[in-house]
Amino acid sequence: MSIVSSLGAGQDATLDALLTGRGGLKPCRFETATLDTHIGEVAGVEDTRIPDELADFDCRNNRLAEMALHTDGFAAAVADARERYGADRIGVFLGTSTSGILSAELAFRERNPQTGALPAAFSFATTHSTGSLADFVRHRLGLTGPAFVVSSACATTSKVFANAARMIAAGLCDAAVVGGADSLCLTTLYGFHSLELVSPTPCRPFDADRCGVSLGEAAGFALLERAAAKPAPGTIHLLGAGESNDAHHMSTPHPEGLGARLAMERALASAGLRPADIDYVNLHGTATTYGDAAEDQAITGLLGTRIPVSSTKGYTGHTLGAAGIVEAIVSVLALRTGLLPGSPQTLTLDPALRSRYLQANEKGRLDRVMTNSFGFGGSNSSLIFGWAA
Amino acid sequence: MRAYVEGIGLLGPGLPGWEQSRAVLTGEAAYVASPAVLTASPLLPPAERRRSVPTVKLAMAVGAEALAQAGRDAATVATVFTSSSGDPDTLHQILDSLASEERNISPTRFHNSVHNAPAGYWSIATRCREPSTSLSAHDESFQTGLLEAAAEVSSDGWTVTLIAYDLPYPEPLSKVRPIAGAFGMALVLTPRPTGRCLASLDIELSRGNEPVSRLVDTGLEALRTGNPTARSLPLLAALARVGAGGAPESVVLDLPPGGRVAIRVGAPCR
Repeated sequence: MSIVSSLGAGQDATLDALLTGRGGLKPCRFETATLDTHIGEVAGVEDTRIPDELADFDCRNNRLAEMALHTDGFAAAVADARERYGADRIGVFLGTSTSGILSAELAFRERNPQTGALPAAFSFATTHSTGSLADFVRHRLGLTGPAFVVSSACATTSKVFANAARMIAAGLCDAAVVGGADSLCLTTLYGFHSLELVSPTPCRPFDADRCGVSLGEAAGFALLERAAAKPAPGTIHLLGAGESNDAHHMSTPHPEGLGARLAMERALASAGLRPADIDYVNLHGTATTYGDAAEDQAITGLLGTRIPVSSTKGYTGHTLGAAGIVEAIVSVLALRTGLLPGSPQTLTLDPALRSRYLQANEKGRLDRVMTNSFGFGGSNSSLIFGWAA
Repeated sequence: MRAYVEGIGLLGPGLPGWEQSRAVLTGEAAYVASPAVLTASPLLPPAERRRSVPTVKLAMAVGAEALAQAGRDAATVATVFTSSSGDPDTLHQILDSLASEERNISPTRFHNSVHNAPAGYWSIATRCREPSTSLSAHDESFQTGLLEAAAEVSSDGWTVTLIAYDLPYPEPLSKVRPIAGAFGMALVLTPRPTGRCLASLDIELSRGNEPVSRLVDTGLEALRTGNPTARSLPLLAALARVGAGGAPESVVLDLPPGGRVAIRVGAPCR
């Protein structure tokens, strides 16, 4: 698995940030945005080059994906898997919310004043098109198995784990590249601003004075394979996945976290686990007033008030469509290292919230961790990872 | 992967619904293209009805038609939504606004821009909390949506409504991404045959080079190649013929690079 976020490129940089409390949020100077907010921007995207033969795919989102493919030895691990399974037996199921829409934003500014035509250099199918991410990654990794993008807002790169598990179970592939990328763009910066959900200061999940999200960008990938009969020591399994809908509102969560709870219940059921089996939950926790309160209700209602939980969005910001894979990887890193990441950005815990929310890091033996991702449209996803039994 | 068809929805140019279109699809009636008429779903609460954008109207119309035929409560059925794009009108308006000085995006316009907006409206209208996924794969959006729905039916044992839709963009995006007409379709798929079963589907991923199924009528064939969701037309035509008592048929859909989705459409199951 690989990860690139405003904390840096790679698992080591991510862990180092979590251990030292170094966050990735900075005042927004992205493109031409004039918004009073902090963002988690990835350094080095502008300098990343897409290979010539795939130059049509060049856009911020695919560059971010390119960075993550070549971090943590991911592309090499996929090349090994391709030798084992064959290129056509590895699927590519990725998530993004806005894909390469930044390219269309820039192209619209350069419309021909007479004809309104977009500049000739703008390539819709390989940049703006929602499916372009999966197409790019499939080409880049030399894979020919089934491929698609899931775009269920901010739950999307969590949900792709369930899609991949199903595709493997159905025999359509033997392994799958999952994850995805979501890059900064004006659409989400100004869109979240219009909803008055953006914090002027770095976001503070579960804080009494929380006042909205900080947006970020990230990319991450994981190689999912059919579980071996005798897994190698240190293997991490996807134990369960649960998906649900709120059936409540397009941009506000169900006030009691009903859909969130349902996703967690379904993840537990699919893993054959009880609530007490979970050792840590990486929350969705975006630091909106209503979102954190709803998730707290779902957590305490299902898991009680003793299981340690935290949101790492104070570090990375809300990376939207990439939040699922970023936090899945943080959860697996927690399993591997025994680090339960705290949330040092949270200064004063909201006394109305009853979860056992970690402000400071803790250490301990973890067997099973859960991670939540929720999105617009009431889309909810919950994953459980654990050591191979 | 085996799945049973219990309900079908269809709305496209000259194809105003599944029942009304069967004769055209079997070749008994002539195909006459005329724009599809989109209306907001009566299932939605007034606020959401008012905020409905074309993708939401199209997706909900075909989904509701398929579920009515299946006679199922939509609240109990998982969904797979698939389309090559989010709402084209909404994306155009946002891009136009971001290119201006003001950069005003309304909250409603922003939430309507997410690819899973139809899934969100659907779940609000039907009170459905079952799993839902929203896919996109450019010109292969329908084919991959069908694979995902079939995998949910066969691996998870769920009853699933597959809802596929694609609409044209306004200019200037229409010049770089032309899409012919508004076209949507839906299938209610079940893991076991029921009394309402219309056909059986055996769906496989093939690496062969079987010829891709095409349509005899030139107007329908132009629609098939012009709108990603209309790649489903050969399957719909086979369902119409098999449903009218015809022999089982094979349908082959393109899945580049080098792949095919091979579907065996069997008679109503007994």
